[in-house]
Parts: sequence; structure tokens; C-alpha cells
Amino acid sequence: MSQELTAIERRHFLASAAVGAVGALLPLGSAEAVAAPTPMPAIAPGDTSIRPFKFRATDAQLADLKRRVRATNWPERETVADDTQGVQLATMRKLADYWANRHDWRRGEANLFAYPHFLTTIDGLDIHFIHVRSKHANALPVIITHGWPGSIIEQLKVIGPLTDPTAHGGTAADAFDVVIPSLPGYGFSGKPTATGWDVPRIAKAWATLMGRLGHKKYVAQGGDWGNAVSEVMALQQPPGLLAIHTNMSATLPAAVSKALPAGPPPAGLSPDEQHAWAQLTDFYQHGLGYANEMSQRPQSLYGIADSPAGLAAWILDHDIQSYRVIAKVFDGAKDGLTRDDILDNITLYWLTNTAVSSARLYWESRNGKGGFFDPRGVPLPTGVSAFREEIYQAPESWARTAYPHLVFYRAHDRGTHFAAWEEPQLLTEDLRETFRSVR
Amino acid sequence: MADTTATDTLAPSPQPNQAQTAEPTQTAFIGGGDDTAIRPFSFHASDDDLADLKRRIAATRWPDKETVSDATQGVQLATMRKLADYWANDYDWRKVEARLNSFPNFITNIDGLDLHFIHVKSKHENALPIIVTHGWPGSVIEQLKIIEPLTDPTAFGGTAEDAFDVVIPSIPGYGFSERPTEAGWNPPRIAQAWITLMKRLGYTRFTAQGGDWGALMTELLGTIAPPELVAVHTNMPSTVPPEIFQALRDSNGPPAGLTDEERHAYERLEVFFYHGLAYANQMGHRPQTLYGIADSPIGLASYFLDHDIASYEMIARAFDGVPEGLSRDDVLDNITVTWLTNTAISGARLYWEALPRTSSGFGIEKNNAHFFEPFGVKTPIAVTRFPDELYPVPRSWAERAYPQLIHYGQQPKGGHFAAFEQPAYLVEELRTAFRSLR
Repeated sequence: MSQELTAIERRHFLASAAVGAVGALLPLGSAEAVAAPTPMPAIAPGDTSIRPFKFRATDAQLADLKRRVRATNWPERETVADDTQGVQLATMRKLADYWANRHDWRRGEANLFAYPHFLTTIDGLDIHFIHVRSKHANALPVIITHGWPGSIIEQLKVIGPLTDPTAHGGTAADAFDVVIPSLPGYGFSGKPTATGWDVPRIAKAWATLMGRLGHKKYVAQGGDWGNAVSEVMALQQPPGLLAIHTNMSATLPAAVSKALPAGPPPAGLSPDEQHAWAQLTDFYQHGLGYANEMSQRPQSLYGIADSPAGLAAWILDHDIQSYRVIAKVFDGAKDGLTRDDILDNITLYWLTNTAVSSARLYWESRNGKGGFFDPRGVPLPTGVSAFREEIYQAPESWARTAYPHLVFYRAHDRGTHFAAWEEPQLLTEDLRETFRSVR
Repeated sequence: MADTTATDTLAPSPQPNQAQTAEPTQTAFIGGGDDTAIRPFSFHASDDDLADLKRRIAATRWPDKETVSDATQGVQLATMRKLADYWANDYDWRKVEARLNSFPNFITNIDGLDLHFIHVKSKHENALPIIVTHGWPGSVIEQLKIIEPLTDPTAFGGTAEDAFDVVIPSIPGYGFSERPTEAGWNPPRIAQAWITLMKRLGYTRFTAQGGDWGALMTELLGTIAPPELVAVHTNMPSTVPPEIFQALRDSNGPPAGLTDEERHAYERLEVFFYHGLAYANQMGHRPQTLYGIADSPIGLASYFLDHDIASYEMIARAFDGVPEGLSRDDVLDNITVTWLTNTAISGARLYWEALPRTSSGFGIEKNNAHFFEPFGVKTPIAVTRFPDELYPVPRSWAERAYPQLIHYGQQPKGGHFAAFEQPAYLVEELRTAFRSLR
């Protein structure tokens, strides 16, 4: 790990070790400890140190989780033969069976902590991140932001290809230094105890983070909330941010936005625009229940904090296309995600007790103007990857209008909402290509 | 398992926290498929189920506190902590169970589904039959307080001429009614089942009453207007005029020329439509996803507390020691019956059934399903305005929506759960409303 540390990180790590404080830095231990905001030694105001971080769930926590999964009080089966009433009982039963009997968090945990993790305090909150430097000189730093219901676990598969391109079909000139933060209230980042951690504040914190890490020139990438954060960073134009890439682009023409949710669609849509329109109408008509609930009443969702099955179902129901992929995976099909991928992510939410604190990001954004997919006028070079089964597959025509500085666009004939997780190789290639011109 | 006075095979299956609750409700095949028998029913939760419930409450894994100092993020942690403490340590389900079983409860099969109802006949001659329907998040528990005043008026400040025979059904998928295993039990079908039920009980002249979903079913009955239906009463009337919907949609404030009363109603509707429908849309689109309210007692309780902001605040005050209308026991009786019958999801599914698949949700947009849009009730109708209802209905709107408005009453206190919160006022309203029709 020490090879990966920057000079600043190394200094802090050694200083901490010298006073024997490393153990105290690790927010592990009892369920009580993780239920509370991450316990940390008092950080002096203005402390900009970067502290190594590690997490190890207790055996008791893991046993308690499995016990709760086994003791689930199930509702009856849905009254339809499809997924139109929500996450189907048969899928949840398979998931619970796997979770209670076969899923091994220790494997996921070991995989996660094979990378160097850190905490640093920004704007009063502990921000957690993975930071992996490439061995190649002149690697381009990239900050990659996950969304809801995701976590840093979504991004693990792109770390190797991005930082070590020569081992993954690329050249040394494709190398990135990778920074993968946990959003406030998510995973191992601190949980805000006051309001105000909205997307613009997060975007500012990310710029601070990249500066603190010594990255003078860098790029940003994301999907879902990670897209919003990346685009808002670009609008804020912090010194050093060169370009962004998104796999959930915001490109809706005003006429399309106005015609949603139920149409009729604007005249003259091309076939790929019609495909996007069909996806959008379905999402806006039937797919926003969870987002409305979290925007208006996140604190009422005690059931997803208390019930592992409740949490899992809520997380599975993000959008109908990714739900169907996940349901197939639990039926035994091979797709971009594995059962372990899905349960590693859900287990991380459970162990960190962040179901409600993460939901609150929707509440923080409740008064935002414009829809999720309305163009923001990003003033920097932008790359767009449009996966076929994303909430909507952004047509190139819309992307060209929405992003004044579009430098890359590629439509993929597969993939859903979680590009880095499902299609790490495709996403990696798109990032290499997008950012080649700004190196 | 629950013990019932009906044979086990005929009883519905309120089976909490056991593996078999995942299966569709098992109901024995009832002789020939056109069985019209009316079977006595009572409910007795097992000690194991009650102990399991308390154990789960005590083991609740809590989220952290909301990041605001008010109710704008939802049900507050301090309230839920107080509720959990009372539920786990002081609450006694056996009290309400005994009270419930002190009334005659029955099951009958209608349209393929076992439906539960309480049926109390008055000792007085010529009592007027009335079917009273609860809503969400409710149950027959909501209506227990009005049974005696309606059926035994001389003991409750009325005269023999005020007497009602009372029928209180559990909506399909709620409480002790069977949980549908196929789609199709929407409000019109339920309203038809209510007509069948009243006829099966031998009533040739009856009235109907309700709030929440019960109000919608009651107004649907008034729209179907079977010859036996004399009149209806609602404490959550659907009267909102089209220009008010348009103004809400345009978001430009209330239209000019509204009276103070109308403006007040407009403002309340604005809050409801813009901030108060998230749960309804979740249940309208994705009820099955709510595994957390089936598995977590506290998840269920918080979801139920969050029906509307006025009733939530009233309930929160009850847990702070300042009850008005509802006691802590009232609130927990209703939640516990839902837990013990494992009907959190089957109850939620009514929103899915009521939301046309062509609608994008419950709300005010053109393609939405509109709560409070007039139904076109054909029978005589009476309404009562309770000040803390989702919107307190102005007389002018009631007169426009209901050509046969026979009574418009206003009461000084009460919110969404009229029968539960202010039973005396509701009883007084029903006596007055239907007096001329006896």
C-alpha cells in the first residue's frame, strides 16, 4: 500500500503510526459504531490531512445480517405474472437464499480493500475515497463518481484497466490516476447531520479533493448522480478540470422534455430518437415512484434501514432495464453483473447503515430546476457513452445539441444503467478515447 | 397461528412471519363456487406471533436522525423511537382483540374472495342499514368507536329514530379479508361486492359511508346507484372543480375570485398534490417493492404514520403525550392488525389497482389519475367538512359536485380519520344527514 501513497499521505500515515493512532482511525467494530456517524478522532478545523482508511465488518455484524435475512417476514406473491407491480417475490426469495447461505462479504471486502482507501475532511465532512496511481508517468487523473443505488463497488472493475493500461489492451499513454470517492451519506463517507450537501456542494468538494491530492490537471466521469456531479463540476469550472465523460448524459431537447411524460412525441423523430422516447415515456410514467418518495420523505423509509430484504428490493428497483438484468442473474443467467456484485453493493449499504442517509440526496435536490436529463450547457469537452438499456439511450443528435463541446460519442448495443460495473472494458475504452485529446 | 371460531380451512390466513405467508392465501374450496354462506369469525393472534413482533421491534436497526428539525424529511426519528418503546414495552394487543371480537364478525365469499365484515344490528325497529368503509392506511379498527353510538343511539345521546344497523367490511387485501391472488380487485369491483354483501344480508334499503378509499368506494356506489341505495355520506368528498385543477397544474396560485374558504382549500390541495403524494405513487406503480414494510414493524409503522402531514403531526403529538383524537393505542391497534395479518403489501396494491396503467401517477397533470375529481354521484349525498382533512371542502364546491346534496355539515375538529378521531361528531353528522330519508 505504501507504494501508492503520495508524499503527503505517507507523511500522515507514518505520523499516525508513530503515535499508535492507526487503530483509532479505523471505524470498525460494533453495529452501534457503524450506525453512528463514522467515529473519528477530533479533526482540527482546517485539517487537510489524508488518512489511510480500512474497514472490516465484525463477525457479529455479518452473523446478524444473515440471521435477519433468514427471518424475513415475506409478503405474498404479486398478483401479476410479470414485474409491473415491482420486484417479484421469486427473485427476492432467490436473492435472500443466496445472501443468507452463499454470499461471502469477506471476499467482497478483501477485493475492495485490495486498493488504497483514504479519508479526508472537506467542508466539515469526512470524505472517503479510493486513490490508485498509475505506474506510468503523465497519467491523467480522473475522478469517478457513483450514483444511487450504487457505491464505489460499482467502479472497482475499471481501476485496473485505467491505471494499468498496458496489462489491459492499452498503451502507457492511456494511463489514468484514479480517484473514486463515496458521495456524502454513502458508503464510508461521513453522513451529513445538517442539510445542504446538495450536488453543487459535492462538486465543489470534489474539486477540493483533487487539489488536495495534488492533481493540477484532471478529468471527471460519472453516471446517475455521478453524472450530475461531473456536469456541475464542469459548470463551476474549477482550475484544473479539463473535460468530463458521462454514461448517463442529460440531452433532452426542450420539445421532448415538454412532451413528457405521455406525449404525444415531437414530430419527426429518427429511429434512435424514437427508441429514446419510448424509454423515457416508460420511465417518466412508471419508473419514478422511488425517486419521488426519497425526494419528499426519505426519513419515512425506516423499512429499508431495518430490513435487509426491504433494502435489497428498494435497491433492485432502480429502473426496469437494470432490474430485469439483475432478476435474470438470480435466475442463473450470466450478464454484466454477478450475484456477488449485486450483494456486495447492498451489503455495503447495510453494514454502513446508509439506506436513509443516501436517500436524502434526492431530498437535497428536490427543488432543483429542470429534469434529470435536461441539458446543463457543459462548457468543457465532453464524452458521451450511450448504453442501449440505460434509462434512455441518448441519441447522437441530442448529445451534439446538448453538449457544445462534444468530443466523443459512442452508442453501445448493450449495457444498462451501471456502465462501469457491467461493461468495464467498453467504458474504459471510451474514457481513453474521450480524454486522449486533453492529455 | 390464529385460532378462529370458523373452521381453520374457511378462515382467511393471517399468518405473520412464517414461511407460508409467502404463498398465496390458501382458502378451502367452498361448496360449488356459489356459496353464499355467512360464517362467524373471530381472530386470536398466537402468543408466538405477538412475542415475535415485540422481539422484532426491540431489534430494530435505526437510521440516523433526519438532518432537519421538523417533519419535512418524513417521519422523525424521535417520534419513531417513542412509538417503538411504547409498542415493545407497554402496548397490549389483547385489549383491542377482545374489543374486536366483542362485536359479531363474519366472513362470506363474494366474487371468489372471502370478505370479512363486522355486522351489528340495532335493537331498535326500522334501524337504517349503513355500510361503512375504511381506507388506507386503515382497517375496521378505524370504525369500532362509532358502532355503539350508531346501533344503540339511546345510550349515546340520540333517540330510537337515529338507529342504524352497521356493516363494516375489510377491503380485499386488508385486515381479515382475503388477499387477492390475481389482479382485478379495483374500487369499482369492490363497490359491486359491497352491493352483493348488503343484499346478501337481506337489506333492501341501505346507506353507505366512508373516508379515504372508503369515500371513493362510497361515491362509486352512489354512481352505480343500485335501487337499494338510499343515500351516501362522505367525510372525504370528491368535489374539486376543473378550474382549480387547472390552476394547480399551472402553478400560478389560486384563481381570482375565490372565497376565503375556497382559497384555504386551494392552498391545502397545493400542499397535498405537490408534497404529499409520494407514497401513493410508490404504491400505485410498485407496491411489491415495499418488502421493507412487510418485514420491518417499524418500517410499516413509519409508512403508515406518513399518510398526510396533519394526521402525522397529530399522531406525533400523541406519542409526545398530548393525544387528541387518536391515542397511542388507536394508532398501534391499526398498525398491529396489519402486521399480524401480513397485509402491508396486499393493502398497498389497491393503489396499483386504482391507477390506470395509462396514467403516469396520482396527481394533477392531465395524464394523472385525479383524487378529488367529482364522480357524478347519482344518489342523494351528504358531506361533512373536517378542518384538518386533506382539504376542507367548501360548501360551494360540494353544491357544484353533487346535484343531490342533502346535507353539508361542518365540524370544529378532526382530520382524515373522522370515525377514528372524532366519532361523536361523525355520528351526529350521520344521524342528521339521513334523518329525512328514514
